[in-house]
Amino acid sequence: MSRSDVLVDADWVQAHLDDPKVVIVEVDEDTTAYEKNHIRNAVRIDWTKDLQDPVRRDFVDQEAFEKLLSAKGIANDDTVVFYGGNNNWFASYAFWYFKLYGHGDARLLDGGRKKWELDSRDLVAEVPVRAATEYKAKAQDTSIRAFRDDVLAAIGTLNLVDVRSPDEFSGRLLAPAHLPQEQSQRPGHVPTAANIPWAKNANDDGTFKSDDELRALYQAEGVDLDKDTIAYCRIGERSALTWFVLHQLLGQTNVKNYDGSWTEYGSLVGVPIELGN
Amino acid sequence: MCGAKAGGPDLAGVDVANETIIQGSVTRDGEPVNGYVRLLDEGGEFTAEVPTSATGQFRFFARPGKWTLRALVPGATVDRVVVASQGAFTEVAIAV
Repeated sequence: MSRSDVLVDADWVQAHLDDPKVVIVEVDEDTTAYEKNHIRNAVRIDWTKDLQDPVRRDFVDQEAFEKLLSAKGIANDDTVVFYGGNNNWFASYAFWYFKLYGHGDARLLDGGRKKWELDSRDLVAEVPVRAATEYKAKAQDTSIRAFRDDVLAAIGTLNLVDVRSPDEFSGRLLAPAHLPQEQSQRPGHVPTAANIPWAKNANDDGTFKSDDELRALYQAEGVDLDKDTIAYCRIGERSALTWFVLHQLLGQTNVKNYDGSWTEYGSLVGVPIELGN
Repeated sequence: MCGAKAGGPDLAGVDVANETIIQGSVTRDGEPVNGYVRLLDEGGEFTAEVPTSATGQFRFFARPGKWTLRALVPGATVDRVVVASQGAFTEVAIAV
């Protein structure tokens, strides 16, 4: 796996807008953004409704994922290109989620919706119609998904990367500052975690830094890439972006995303928490 | 639930007295601009980002202290430094 297999630029997307085997998928933190406008022929996946179990805190199961992709008109051999707002946070999350269920060819639009907008490229309101498919998913690949016990066992032994902002890591904020500050969890971070904010992976326009810059970033922060790594944030979307960097761009196979992240860990009874920088 | 809505979060149901709110608008020649506003901490680290609303507005819930707002719009980037305090609205008008 390398950068050219998983990352495409806007010109590539523009050239494939009418390619029937390329499905462009918008996934936004603000799930209504698609309704205003989107890249022509893009379909929407709603991360709050389509990707979460409606009752328990967990993902939809394999069968529900198959139904979702079949209804969206996505086939197993389609190239799926994800993009979204917030510097591709939720597009990365959907990419990781599709890989969890074994989808083959998935890619991210470098810079996501923001760069597309800042470059003044066309967006339309028209919703495309794609014929339904019979998508077959695989069982979840838990080699890329971490659970809370994996995180506890990793303290002091494996790489733990907290990708939230320094203010959240230290406990001064409980959520990104575009959200009201919640009180349901304890502030802080998992002991021995390195704070490498997701934003260090990207330029201001949302595009990823070069592979050399990214490798240097993690080495400078003391991450031993020969060891297994677990990335986490608040709900697992920003850490999906860091997972994408480490696993897909830099080709590290031993990286997991902890989607329970701080909203789970910070609510657990009796676990160790560290405050401060 | 998470949601980086255009313009930032609304104030319905929010205990404003406990929040440190930074808000304002981005304009070009007096007209609202569609773009993005980033909130950077004192070390210059990214803390949050919102798209501006149709009227060019943005809002953050931060903590007391010094912050940099960075407006990103087609063809321009403008920084503004602000000092925010709890229970108050820090209003910032950014012309690009």
